[in-house]
Amino acid sequence: MPQARVVLKNCGIIDPRSISTYRDRDGFKALEKARREMTPEEVIAEIKQSGLRGRGGAGFPCGIKWEGAKNSPGDEKYVICNADEGEVGTFKDRYIIENDPFTLVEGLAIAGYAIGARQGYIYLRTEYHYLLDLLQGAINQARKSGFLDGFDIEVREGAGAYICGEESALMESIEGKRGEVRYRPPFPTVAGLWRKPTTINNVETLMNIPQIVLNGGGWYAKMGTERSKGTKVFSVSGDVAKPGVYELVLGSPLRELVEELAGARDVKLIQIGGATGRIIPYELVDTPLAFENILGAGAVTVFNKKRDVLDIVYRTMEFLAEESCGKCTPCRQGTEVMVEILQRFCQGEGAERDIKVMETLSETMMLSSLCGLGQAAPFAVTDTLKYFRGDYEGRIRRN
Amino acid sequence: MSKKVASQNKAPENLLIALKEAQTRFGCLPQEIMLELAESLDVPLNDVYGVASFYSFLTIRPPGRNVIRICKSLPCYLQDCQVIIETLQKEIGIRPGQTTPDGRFSFQLTNCIGLCDRAPAMLINSDPHVELTPRKISQILPKYK
Repeated sequence: MPQARVVLKNCGIIDPRSISTYRDRDGFKALEKARREMTPEEVIAEIKQSGLRGRGGAGFPCGIKWEGAKNSPGDEKYVICNADEGEVGTFKDRYIIENDPFTLVEGLAIAGYAIGARQGYIYLRTEYHYLLDLLQGAINQARKSGFLDGFDIEVREGAGAYICGEESALMESIEGKRGEVRYRPPFPTVAGLWRKPTTINNVETLMNIPQIVLNGGGWYAKMGTERSKGTKVFSVSGDVAKPGVYELVLGSPLRELVEELAGARDVKLIQIGGATGRIIPYELVDTPLAFENILGAGAVTVFNKKRDVLDIVYRTMEFLAEESCGKCTPCRQGTEVMVEILQRFCQGEGAERDIKVMETLSETMMLSSLCGLGQAAPFAVTDTLKYFRGDYEGRIRRN
Repeated sequence: MSKKVASQNKAPENLLIALKEAQTRFGCLPQEIMLELAESLDVPLNDVYGVASFYSFLTIRPPGRNVIRICKSLPCYLQDCQVIIETLQKEIGIRPGQTTPDGRFSFQLTNCIGLCDRAPAMLINSDPHVELTPRKISQILPKYK
């Protein structure tokens, strides 16, 4: 399947500091069309028809999210752009903001119009502080040109916490608190930021919006698979010749991305979706990249045959243990116990019963953790126990 | 240093912003600053400390004038960040978590900073430095006084 440029259409072409170069490429035409020719309901109908699903990893249908917030009672509503990409191996949002902050601003403004919000926020991870001026400049230029009349955008910076990429933790953080996740329900579309109806969308999700509005949901829905429409931007790193950002039509095989485009050789396994993602052995490299298989936020980290499986899993779990917000026990304690066991395996000191303990613990964490971090934390363990069980068994101490 | 902390931010929801501003001005968040913020924002001191200690870019103890954060996550690890970490330790004579005696550098290891396509990478203060080599380290450090 081909590469395509929907999200990255302007990257490398426009000057990210100049709104006029963006306007030369149909910039802000979608926002004008939405406001002049379409009702909010019609905008939402196009997004629903497009089949666009959230690009931050969870894949929730964007149009349904917007409709939920629009239909929630209340005059005060918010739209938030999640630019807190912290998943290990993800850098696509950095690339997007570096190259085309205007489409993001336009997409967020359209979201605001559709759900009836007068205030939008962009929550930018503080590790990307060097992008703040560029992003703020794009907002200022859009405001000066009148594109933000009746709707304003404020950039809020994080302060260094992976968990704040989780939507409810992110809203806690904007409210000035510790980034601890909330119990749900209520969902953000009912009670989000300041307990008001809120939509929260990933950077890449919003990048798709202007073109869907301009070309129609039907146009967008022609790309991709039955349940995964459009394109996806992948961040490829690790043991590859050409690490970088690639945009592919959804449903493209993993092989095309890692071998043909990124030039990987002698691949042992691929981690897709970062620390909370899945591990795919090379034998499954023809798997189509789509929500129905594997996708996450599109982090693709490639490991060659020289890499040690246990070392990879240990480092993944160490990351999650450090970044767990600590609110719920299965995640806070579960990740710590996993780290302790995996460390022993790395040293060749695994015990026979450890594998069973990890399997039981994985199940508990998946079932009972409060948010996606804890629920997905065991994947690296369960996937490698499935595909690379021999690597564990070879590290059990027998005497 | 007191009295002017967060004078324009009188609401509890501005706590994180106020802490970040205070840290920018004073370098860190010592107890007297937190006490002041608790009072001016009408937030329990406990919660001020709770937020200050939650985020990895906020710090209670005074850091060096320049904070070095080398990424240790998998994509940088695969590009031998260990070598960069060891080089830096030799160059400035401290281990992760420490500050040089002259207060010039603090050194930390950090989780993924989103520069994986140009690994190994680090931040010094807010500046990204990428595709690091031992040689590059010795060229970069003199720029930070």
